[in-house]
Amino acid sequence: MLSLLVWLPIVGAVAVAFAPRSLSKTLGLGIALATLVVGVVAAARYDVDGGRQFTETREWIEAFGVHYALGLDGLGLLMVLLTVLLVPLVLGAEWFKADDPEGGGARAFVAWALALEGLSLAVFCATDVFLFYVVFEATLIPAYFLVGSFGREGRGQAALKFLMFQLAGGLILLASVIGLYVVSSQQGSPSYLLSDLEKLDIGTEPGRWLFLGFFIAFAIKAPLFPVHTWLADTTEKATPGTGVLLVCILDKIGTFGMLRFCLGIFPEASQWATPLVITLALISIVYGALIAIGQDDIFRLIGLTSLSHFGLITLGIFTMSTQGGTGSILYMVNHGLGTAALFLVAGYLHERRGTSLISEMGGIEKVTPVLAGLFLVAGLATLGLPGLSPFVSEFLVLLAAFGYAWYVGAIAITAVVLAAIYVLWMYQRTMTGPTPPEVEGTKDLGLREIAAVAPLVAALVFFGFYPAPLTDVSNPTVGDLLHGQVGVDDDPPTVDPAQVEHDVEEGH
Amino acid sequence: MEFTKPELEYAELLPILVVLGGACLGILLEAFVPRGARRLPQVVVALGSLVGALVSTVIVGIDLDDHAGAAGSTGKGLVGAMGSVVVDGPTVYLWGLLLVFAIGGVALFAETRLEGGVSAFTGQAAALPGTDTERDASTRGLEHTEVYPLLLFAVGGMLLFPASGDLLTMFVALEVLSLPLYLLCGLARRRRLLSQEAAMKYFLLGAFASGFFLYGAALVYGYAGSVSFAGINEAVRAGGANHGLLLAGIALLSVGLLFKVGAAPFQAWTPDVYQGAPTAVTAFMAAGTKVAAFGALLRLLYVAFGGERWSWVPMLWVVAIASMVLGAALAVVQNDVKRMLAYSSVAHTGFLLVGVLGVQSADDLAKGQYTSLEGVLFYLTTYGFAMIGAFALVTLVRDAGGEATHYDRWAGLGKRSPLVAGAFAFFLLSMAGIPLTAGFIGKWAVFTSAMSAGAWPIVLVAIASSIVAITFYVRHIRLMFFTEANADGGAAVTTPSLLTSATVVVCLAATLVLGVVPGPVLDLVTHTGDFIR
Repeated sequence: MLSLLVWLPIVGAVAVAFAPRSLSKTLGLGIALATLVVGVVAAARYDVDGGRQFTETREWIEAFGVHYALGLDGLGLLMVLLTVLLVPLVLGAEWFKADDPEGGGARAFVAWALALEGLSLAVFCATDVFLFYVVFEATLIPAYFLVGSFGREGRGQAALKFLMFQLAGGLILLASVIGLYVVSSQQGSPSYLLSDLEKLDIGTEPGRWLFLGFFIAFAIKAPLFPVHTWLADTTEKATPGTGVLLVCILDKIGTFGMLRFCLGIFPEASQWATPLVITLALISIVYGALIAIGQDDIFRLIGLTSLSHFGLITLGIFTMSTQGGTGSILYMVNHGLGTAALFLVAGYLHERRGTSLISEMGGIEKVTPVLAGLFLVAGLATLGLPGLSPFVSEFLVLLAAFGYAWYVGAIAITAVVLAAIYVLWMYQRTMTGPTPPEVEGTKDLGLREIAAVAPLVAALVFFGFYPAPLTDVSNPTVGDLLHGQVGVDDDPPTVDPAQVEHDVEEGH
Repeated sequence: MEFTKPELEYAELLPILVVLGGACLGILLEAFVPRGARRLPQVVVALGSLVGALVSTVIVGIDLDDHAGAAGSTGKGLVGAMGSVVVDGPTVYLWGLLLVFAIGGVALFAETRLEGGVSAFTGQAAALPGTDTERDASTRGLEHTEVYPLLLFAVGGMLLFPASGDLLTMFVALEVLSLPLYLLCGLARRRRLLSQEAAMKYFLLGAFASGFFLYGAALVYGYAGSVSFAGINEAVRAGGANHGLLLAGIALLSVGLLFKVGAAPFQAWTPDVYQGAPTAVTAFMAAGTKVAAFGALLRLLYVAFGGERWSWVPMLWVVAIASMVLGAALAVVQNDVKRMLAYSSVAHTGFLLVGVLGVQSADDLAKGQYTSLEGVLFYLTTYGFAMIGAFALVTLVRDAGGEATHYDRWAGLGKRSPLVAGAFAFFLLSMAGIPLTAGFIGKWAVFTSAMSAGAWPIVLVAIASSIVAITFYVRHIRLMFFTEANADGGAAVTTPSLLTSATVVVCLAATLVLGVVPGPVLDLVTHTGDFIR
């Protein structure tokens, strides 16, 4: 099941690369939709309380204790669903832009996007640390070519910066992965299986060092302050579609990894590092939002809002509470939906105005009401308006932050205010105002363009009113992680998933 | 003194004998076949003897299990030729590797389509560059077919080098492998002055290194009273007077070998020689010499000086760190593809030395772990394929002046020839150690091995250098794919004959397969067992 899910897009990418150019886009979309179907079938057969499911384990490299091992838990399932949903939408939204003669051609775009999808799915399904590392690094190659070949002037430089940051993080992670091997082989025979590693008794000192390697890599990926500088450059130069793939899928690997590996394998070290991590997360939240306000490039702005959001996700994870954990997982999904919608709509706007500078836009609202409406909904989702799904997760995370310490919560809550400023101010400057003459007659969104964003908006609204499916799936994972691995019990130890859901209901 | 007739194990030594025999046959061909008709027989003899040697290596390897090593040791194999040649698991693996690389080398040597019907070697080496004689030789389409016997001699030396059982055999092997290479380096058809300068530089520095090696051998003999590795090992373990003699001997012997592998601070020759030599020779040399010399270095350090581990380990720490840092840092500032690859090979030497520092004895390892020797052997495999493949591709990128190795000429190659640029990018990614390529598994193997030995600081340095190294690999990929070509168009890819393309395809396949399913080869490496005495 999972092998099919992972290999379908990868094989599809190869097929697209060799198929005639005229077929590239249709074939690619077909494969992406087929993957979506596989993902949905997996979700339908997923048993919420069944722990890790659909496991497949095969010997891969015996000498290293490495397995080809896949498995899916609640966290993984949500990420998988997000990925399989976003890729076809991106292909749809970039349907004509991919043909841009300036870029590398539609065939390359589709093939790299599918390769990225397959490898990201493998990242979310891997239950062997070595396999995880391999695909974690391998995702960078398609991402590098997507940034480098498509987008605006200066993208080569941006791609290089992106890749250097990511590879540096990857190599730091490599040091820790190697260290894990050593620790594991000292306690018997080496194995990289997550289930074996979670049982491992790692000493305090080595555990903390290894944790640091994992954390730095994931902090670069996520990104967190101070290793975020690649983010805005990359989202500015890349196409909006690539931006979605990077920020909404690839960057999730960072926070995903923090939950899965930092907390899962190094519970002691995670608690030890909590003050530092929370400080960094708070800086990211406030700093990301503040510089987002100051941006004039719409894609830089969206990229930097993500910095703020990833700060909140990390904050939620490291408060080590059920609320925070559930909130973070929900946030990862909702951020993916909301930011993807924002990116894609901003991409439509960019196509129509030919500029990405906010100061040169304005007044398009009356000509293209649908575009403006979708932009507003996506923006409101980003700022966490009640009734749209990001609100639920933001609320949970802030609740957890206040539970951790009142001042942490107090700093984190400024994000809500700042988000309102950057979103509404951006909307005001790009959409409202007198309609300039050159904008008259701009076409509003076509059916294809609406169809690419509509599922996202629908999901935002649906999960805003009824987040239970998401919490049902994520709660067991958080419970296992916190009680089984970290050994933390919430302050009132009676807080159980039902209680959290109750909180969520209150949030409406 | 009574003379005893030496006993030779012909069956086990067959690979060396076949290669050297082929070389002698090649020389006879030079003497008796008319100049115009030599090329084909030479290529056939060279390929034939290499393939023959490879087949006999495989047979020797299969039969090796019958020769259990000394009691209590994990190795298997036999000490042949009165103690001067050791045929054990690692030897046989290295032989196989060297012969595969050598076959690739012959294929590149024999390529003629790129230069319009002649080989990449000069028409008449004796003619001074820029004279009428040279022009005359070139118009008559002359070529030196001596390169094939020379290559075979070099391969013979390489085969003997890691198999030597005593210091004198090792020295002889060192010379047999080096002298033909000095000569081959000076035979380029184009940019002959650069090529001759490279040969001169290589020869002078190489001669010094040999001198160091010989002096070290003398000192060690003075300490141990024996030149055989088994004898030295016993003397070292027994301990004795004049410990300083031993230390000086180890140092001098290491200088000789570290020069051959191109480790810092003995790396000065690498960029010039790699750049000046005909690219086919560079490809063969980069892979072959490194494999053979690392085999010899491992045998010398592990077998002869295993008891003095704590004397040579600190030295190797310094050398390994210097090689990685210097190689990676200097490669960043290059603007010539061949020089960049040369400096990156210095960095790779450092990575290999990190592996040499790993856990050596199987007793210290958990079940299922592999030793440092096996890690290094695997790294050599991955490195050799990537290097030969990359240099083979360098021969294809040409403009009016022959091979275009300057970065400017490579700009935008990805748009003009996506296949060649893609393959080159793949080799670079493998050298950079990106997962799903062979280089990653190789790096992983040597780093874990060193980490298991508790050498974590050096692993951290290695990882830092890898990050630096990635800069120039990735920058080159960006140059090929995301940079616009110059106004004059830059270099183009010349379509090669089957010889070069097959070499590239084999290297590409090996790099991919070893990266995705390294299991079988790793099993083979683990199966080689340890060195025997």
